[in-house]
Amino acid sequence: MDVSTAVFYLICLVTVVSAGMVAFSRNIIYSAFSLLGTFMGVAGIYVFLGADFVAAVQLLIYVGGILVLILFAVMLTHRITDVEITNRAAGTVPALLVIGVFIYLLIQTIRETPWVKAKEVVYAATTAKIGDSFLYEYLLPFELASLVLLGAMIGAVVLSRKEIKE
Amino acid sequence: MSPNELSSYLIIGAILFSLGMFTVLTRRNAISVLMGVELILNSANINYVAFSHFGSGNHAGQIYAIFVIMLAAAEAAVGLAIVLAIFQLFHTIDVEAAETLKD
Repeated sequence: MDVSTAVFYLICLVTVVSAGMVAFSRNIIYSAFSLLGTFMGVAGIYVFLGADFVAAVQLLIYVGGILVLILFAVMLTHRITDVEITNRAAGTVPALLVIGVFIYLLIQTIRETPWVKAKEVVYAATTAKIGDSFLYEYLLPFELASLVLLGAMIGAVVLSRKEIKE
Repeated sequence: MSPNELSSYLIIGAILFSLGMFTVLTRRNAISVLMGVELILNSANINYVAFSHFGSGNHAGQIYAIFVIMLAAAEAAVGLAIVLAIFQLFHTIDVEAAETLKD
């Protein structure tokens, strides 16, 4: 087993174990910080898939933006002292049954489907190609994305402002 | 399982999806539910990038993954703003406590 395979296994382990802690931890602070491991692990998986730009975007937006937002929301909505009981879970056993059957079906499907393979797997820098695509064939979705972000920003400001009582 | 097979990435995506689904189904804390949604979006992104790498050979899947990441950021901002508004109104973010449409 060479080094890159070992690193791949390590990254997969970190990703899955952190995701498991997000799902099963009783303390919401632990859940929120485990999300960091999951996001970093997914960025590592993107690197193994030759998607360097997507990995960088994942680190910038998920770890730098969404995770910080989630931590702020946790800090703003909980009294830190009773954080142990605020991450309650309900209906764990039926959910585990449903999820168990579901993941069994998914893995069987993945193993038995004859996936279409590319003729050759290339590892090349993708940033320039992605930039070109955004400015040619994906120009309309790209502009719509900026509108969606503007709408989300205004919506978040309107929702979270202090209500002025008349 | 090896780094050069499509199926290993798909299995990682399936495991992440199931854990995210479990989080969404069982948690009663709205922020935890949002964390589960992020896990689900990440698993979908892994599938996009994996199929783009092994299947099609072009980078359309990576562009879709970037759009998904962008929408996840918008969703997190609006979702957490809603959670803060619910907390100001009900003084809890238990998803079963906030069931009235009008106060």
